[in-house]
Amino acid sequence: MKKLIVAAALAALAFAAPAKAEEPNAILNVSYDIARELYAEINKAFIAKYKAETGKDLEVKQSHAGSSKQARAILEGLEADVVTFNQVTDVQILSDKGGLVAADWQTRLPNNASPYYSFPSFLVREGNPKGIKDWGDLVREDVKVIFPNPKTSGNARYTYLAAWAYAKEAFQGDETKIHDFIKKLFANVPVFDTGGRGATTTFVERETGDVLITFEAETRAIAKEFGEDKFDLVTPPASLLAEFPVAVVDKVVDKRGSRAIAESYLKFLYSPEGQEIVAQFGNRVHEPNVVERHKADFPEVKLVTVEDVFGGWPKVTKEHFGSDGILDQLFVAR
Amino acid sequence: MPQRRVLPGLPLSLGVTLIYVALIIALPVAAVLLKAMSLSFAEFWNIVTSPRALATYRVTGLSALAATLFNAIFGFAFAWVLVRYDFPGKRLLDTLVDVPFALPTAVAGVTLTALFAKNGWFGAPLAQIGIEVAYTPLGIIIAMIFTSLPFIVRTVQPVLEELDPEFEDAASCLGAGDLDTMRRVILPLLMPALLAGISFAFVRCLGEFGAIIFIAGNQPMSTEITSLLAFIRIEEFDYPGAAAIATVMLLASLTILILTSLAQSWYGRHLTRS
Repeated sequence: MKKLIVAAALAALAFAAPAKAEEPNAILNVSYDIARELYAEINKAFIAKYKAETGKDLEVKQSHAGSSKQARAILEGLEADVVTFNQVTDVQILSDKGGLVAADWQTRLPNNASPYYSFPSFLVREGNPKGIKDWGDLVREDVKVIFPNPKTSGNARYTYLAAWAYAKEAFQGDETKIHDFIKKLFANVPVFDTGGRGATTTFVERETGDVLITFEAETRAIAKEFGEDKFDLVTPPASLLAEFPVAVVDKVVDKRGSRAIAESYLKFLYSPEGQEIVAQFGNRVHEPNVVERHKADFPEVKLVTVEDVFGGWPKVTKEHFGSDGILDQLFVAR
Repeated sequence: MPQRRVLPGLPLSLGVTLIYVALIIALPVAAVLLKAMSLSFAEFWNIVTSPRALATYRVTGLSALAATLFNAIFGFAFAWVLVRYDFPGKRLLDTLVDVPFALPTAVAGVTLTALFAKNGWFGAPLAQIGIEVAYTPLGIIIAMIFTSLPFIVRTVQPVLEELDPEFEDAASCLGAGDLDTMRRVILPLLMPALLAGISFAFVRCLGEFGAIIFIAGNQPMSTEITSLLAFIRIEEFDYPGAAAIATVMLLASLTILILTSLAQSWYGRHLTRS
């Protein structure tokens, strides 16, 4: 009899659980500043696929701003089902500070949970009047460089690290020379906008600077939007791999009952269809067929990683980007 | 005998006011101070006196001073014209003064940057004669002038309206020239209002963020303002650091406001005596 009651209770629970967390008809994707258009396309395709498979209507809401700002918003209660960021650290902080994302998030999806990748690349004015080819050109006295403040922009953090990686190799690890290189680079930056979009405006609309450094994907998007006759893309011979990590926000999806949708949304990014869209927006992808098809669009580049050059994100965050870290010191010593 | 009060419902409205002040002003300020207090004094001191922080105080303070001085002169003239002269379009002009209050400051910042960038309407001719505005300290001053103008116009204007032209007529009958009348009759009467306007404008300039970051260039040590540095500390998830810098701004603003109110009351007594 007792057993029966327990069984009944368990059965009731089993029934009650899914009833309580009925699948919602909308999920929220919280993402970085310059991915607005990309995810608008992705969402359209995913919603169609979801409708075809389940017969249900789904809405994918978008929220875009600086990646770290978004992470903070989530820590402070923004209910994101998934995050699609441009920095590993911004997902990691959700795991470290709030326990919102499970600690193993980077191994739950292929390629460190990054469905696509890019790297800091150059956009110059038509005909490349200053002849900018490589990172070394950026510290020349006649060159003005535009990128946002590495303190407020994930995008610019990659630029800073890529320049550092270049200098590290060029000067064989000589700290003083690397610091001088970065100081000179900063001295050539007339404006530090707080985010990627601001820097683009400064370069494109205000016609300030000779070269804009941002993700390769963004350089393509800008050239396409503002006129390919006005700007040239320059791919440096080497740069730093920029991963775009994605994660399901465990605490939120479990509460809202949206885990299945959220997971299939992220998996969609890895599907041939998703990868094709991502590649069309100028991001580099892993799916072999898509890579083959877009081969002509993506010049070869040697990419180093944060792990190789700096010993991983936690280390680089602490040493370079914290208050009074190396970046602050270089800013002051400039 | 119970004290008689002219206003009905005073205890109630006083209570509402105190609750309002506590919830809307005191609580957020306390939260900032509390965050800053999680630091030891040495840590706090290190943060607020770092070379970079000192540079932002210099940039912000000097720019605010320049902008306020500019507005004290031209805002005063503006108010004078609005009160003492009649001309077509006066009502419209009067309304336009408030635009900086109504406009989101970020929008103002973007617009000013577009105007003053070296390919902008104002920026292009200025660049011709070698003056760069956008991305220099001058840009910061312009943004501050824009957002703080209404404070001076709107504090001086009502007092000027109350000031009967008969005072000026009397002065001139007694043989005072225009300058004398201005210096010895009008300015003393306007002083408290002008002083209040100047200090509001100055404090507003110190705290302005949205309008400035677009036009400033935001270069550490040269065109970085204090509120941006606080913002940067937040971006680093360094809340106590941000609160420490905010505390300095808060203290600076409070000190100025208190000094102004002391100066006003001293001036008031001084005026009645003489």
